[in-house]
Amino acid sequence: MSEQTGFQQVEILEKFPETLKPDTRPGYSGYIVEPQQLVEVARALRDEFGYDYLSSVTGVDYLPENKMEVVYHFFRTTGGPAFVLKTQVNRDEAIVPSLTPLYPGAEFQEREAWDLLGIRFENHPDLRRILTWEGFHGHPLRKDWKEPFFEEEAKPYKSRWPEGHVYRVEDKNPFHDNVQYPPGFDPEQWSPETDELLYAGLKRVDKSDDLLTEQVVVNLGPQHPSTHGVFRMVAVLDGETIVDLKPIMGYLHRNHEKIGERNTFLQNMPFTDRLDYVCSMSNNFGYALAVEKLMGIQPPERAEYIRVLMAELTRFLNHIFSIGFLLNDLGAFFTPMLYALEERELILDVFEAVSGSRMMCNYFRFGGVARDIPDEVMEKIRKLVFDRLPRKLDEMDYFITNNEIVRGRCEGVGVLTAERAIALSASGPVLRASGVGYDVRRADPYSIYDRFEFDIPVRYNGDIYDRYLLRLDEMRQSLRILQQVLRDIPEGPIMNGKPQYQVRVPAGESYGRVEGPKGELGFYVVSNGKPNPWRYHVRAPTFINLTSLAEMCRGQKIADVVTILGSIDIVLGEVDR
Amino acid sequence: MITGSGILKGLWTTFRHFIKTYLEDIRSGKKRYFTAEGIEMRRSPDVEGIFTIQYPEEKLPVPEEFRYIPFLVYDEGENGEKEIRCTSCGICAKVCPPQCIWIVRTTDPQTGKPIPQPKEFYIDVDICMNCGFCAEFCPFDAIKMDHDYEIASYDRIKEHIFDLERLSKPASYYAQIRPANFAREEAARAEKEAQKAAARKANP
Amino acid sequence: MSDEVLNSPGYEIPPEMQGQVAITTLDKIYNWSRKNSLWPMMFGLACCAIEMIGTAASRFDFSRFGMEVMRPSPRQADLMIVSGTVTKKMIPQIVRLYNQMPEPRYVIAMGACASGGGPFKEGYTVVAGVDKFIPVDVYIPGCPPTPQALLHGFITLMKKIEKQSLKSVPWYQKTPAEPIPIPILGPDLMDPRKFDLIKQVTHQMAEKTAQQEDEGEAHE
Repeated sequence: MSEQTGFQQVEILEKFPETLKPDTRPGYSGYIVEPQQLVEVARALRDEFGYDYLSSVTGVDYLPENKMEVVYHFFRTTGGPAFVLKTQVNRDEAIVPSLTPLYPGAEFQEREAWDLLGIRFENHPDLRRILTWEGFHGHPLRKDWKEPFFEEEAKPYKSRWPEGHVYRVEDKNPFHDNVQYPPGFDPEQWSPETDELLYAGLKRVDKSDDLLTEQVVVNLGPQHPSTHGVFRMVAVLDGETIVDLKPIMGYLHRNHEKIGERNTFLQNMPFTDRLDYVCSMSNNFGYALAVEKLMGIQPPERAEYIRVLMAELTRFLNHIFSIGFLLNDLGAFFTPMLYALEERELILDVFEAVSGSRMMCNYFRFGGVARDIPDEVMEKIRKLVFDRLPRKLDEMDYFITNNEIVRGRCEGVGVLTAERAIALSASGPVLRASGVGYDVRRADPYSIYDRFEFDIPVRYNGDIYDRYLLRLDEMRQSLRILQQVLRDIPEGPIMNGKPQYQVRVPAGESYGRVEGPKGELGFYVVSNGKPNPWRYHVRAPTFINLTSLAEMCRGQKIADVVTILGSIDIVLGEVDR
Repeated sequence: MITGSGILKGLWTTFRHFIKTYLEDIRSGKKRYFTAEGIEMRRSPDVEGIFTIQYPEEKLPVPEEFRYIPFLVYDEGENGEKEIRCTSCGICAKVCPPQCIWIVRTTDPQTGKPIPQPKEFYIDVDICMNCGFCAEFCPFDAIKMDHDYEIASYDRIKEHIFDLERLSKPASYYAQIRPANFAREEAARAEKEAQKAAARKANP
Repeated sequence: MSDEVLNSPGYEIPPEMQGQVAITTLDKIYNWSRKNSLWPMMFGLACCAIEMIGTAASRFDFSRFGMEVMRPSPRQADLMIVSGTVTKKMIPQIVRLYNQMPEPRYVIAMGACASGGGPFKEGYTVVAGVDKFIPVDVYIPGCPPTPQALLHGFITLMKKIEKQSLKSVPWYQKTPAEPIPIPILGPDLMDPRKFDLIKQVTHQMAEKTAQQEDEGEAHE
């Protein structure tokens, strides 16, 4: 959803009187533009009107109208709401000009739209499949593509009640497995498509000195002690220096968006826990915000305070975990990680007592939170926030920050300048460590963050050391917010009305975003009035932050790649969804 | 700042943690390990020293809200028969996100009308995501989330689809694992009964 | 132990020694030393991996059970804990890693996703349980299983190892182990053991669509 201020709207409409048509579908907002004029409008938005941050590129399949739509959300780094731009093409021949030459951060998102929906982008530098593999048959998120274990169009399935005779779904498939092949396919005649396109796309440096050396292509991952999950990188090495690097993801693609379209709105809540599985409360927060915008409801006061409490505890937990992992990558095998995990275990005890599970909390509901916090748990949170966590944070600062090895290996390594960070749509600590003070809690406040006093820390060098220092600063600010929340939290109900399992969501679209610990986490939800969403897309911060990985690694040594990846702090559940 | 001071600070911190483990053991004495009091001490926010909970001799107690696999509650009748509270309304099957609950409602063989008792009730544990929606939205307090996490097995084809027999547990067990919730629900139920009795008295 | 049991093939005892060799104590010592020093392979796929790291950390230490180090290389590991959802893009690598592990080797399927697909079972890139490709010894349900549940799973595996006996373990038989054929990524995942079934079914499908097209044309 967007509410442009009247001033900018008038200016932009004056410049493009016929090309920008407002979107008049009920519940929708933004402007529709023809594909041919898309690049021109985007360039004007970036150069003349200051919308230099392209946050999200989403494809939507409108099968009844035979159209494919691509939705762009532009923001200004000085703050403010979104400018939503859409373009519509015919479904059978979906070709849209690519915005990657203007906004390099759109690269992976356009590849994802090609992979999952079949929208072809012209002038894209490297249009290959990203989440599935080359050779995969079909475009999965299209509405007429049925998966092999397809049971019914929308949940709840009629086969579970009242005549729910149990079966394992693989028994209904002729191959007893989750596979389907095109008719007439012969597996023995088929030759596998190797990664030729991938290796051909890597740059090689032209060396003209007299030493005849070869440039080696090395694969890091997917099983590697330090890649934070199943993530693969292909690097071209000249000796020990990296010439070019390409990330390959999709090893944990769990079809979150397709399953999301079959679920009802409430049933999607536990699935959002599994996106960024280290911080599940903030994923729940983003999704609850997006759907509450569509429904037009607001949670009561106590629920808002509890939400901020959980979100900031999650931020603390995630940052201390990420610092522990960074030191693990640097080689301090497991000791700082154990200290970080001790604090994390104490916070997870709080989450378990409040929501029922350590990691997959499933705590937020539309219009409030699921359960209230008991008094002994409040007491525990008070002790943690006022006494233990600041003390332990100072201890981590004491023994890590001035360590010579950390400084020597992290200063000046993996530098990302401010202009490149904005152009590559980086967000979260990666963006703020490069000098751009953009934080969604201040730029476009949601929930009750405008009532609290806190600073947005910014660092200016953009290297790994700055990202580590920035995470320490953010932890301190989180503790500051937590102390204010615990001081001000009111009594009251935690949900307006009784809990509903049949949620009525009016038709429309909405984009709800939160400042997650890893960056800007956005949920784009399109509803057509039915109990299931029509389109459900997650703007994953680490997926888009990975576009800057190649740039940060060029010129560094191969041993630094692992630390640079650790400083971006990726979580594969979010990257691959 | 002398060179090497950063590394020395790190070594000093680790050394301090090491010494603290011994000092805390001496200070708390015999009751630090293998007692419930010791476990509480090692879970509180002011724990210092050794942090390990030694499973399986010491088990960390799970909080009341903990959710693992669901189970069906039955009330024990006077002659020891099991009165399952479930009426096979199907709400849990409808609200389950991965659709892992299968219910067959009993039908009266003569009239063909449905009877509110489940004939078959299956949960596929290989699909269940422990979200707790079935327990949250059941209107009859019939399905609740269990605390039992010791269910590792060797064969999943035979053992991981739990049937009605395996899922039913008595209400006394439920009161034991979730005392506050049980007390609140019993109070609500008693109040409803009192209201119904008052209404019946008013309109004979 | 009876004589016929001792004289099973693959395990020959010379006649003069048959009265003196007692297998039970040897079994016990063999199993005891193996079960108390399993080294897991550092192999985390998804959310369950975070609980596995939590189990390795200081609160629920699993080096108390002998799993002192987690080895990233499969050649040095005994136990593969498949923790997390197994996707079709990743399964060729998992099968390769399993083939590279030297025997005795064990596999634990941790979590609902590795046991049977989990909540993501209906997805198009999710393999419904890692036991479709590699043999699994212990299944631990839960999403995610708490560290204590994982430790209970380890104890269950150790109980299984205790019951193994020298004459029936697969690595002391006459023939070496067959490596599991690695699946291939085509239009969809292809298991080389099922090529005949695939050809048969797709042939039938092609015939049916050709028949339907002919009928459609005949109607026109």
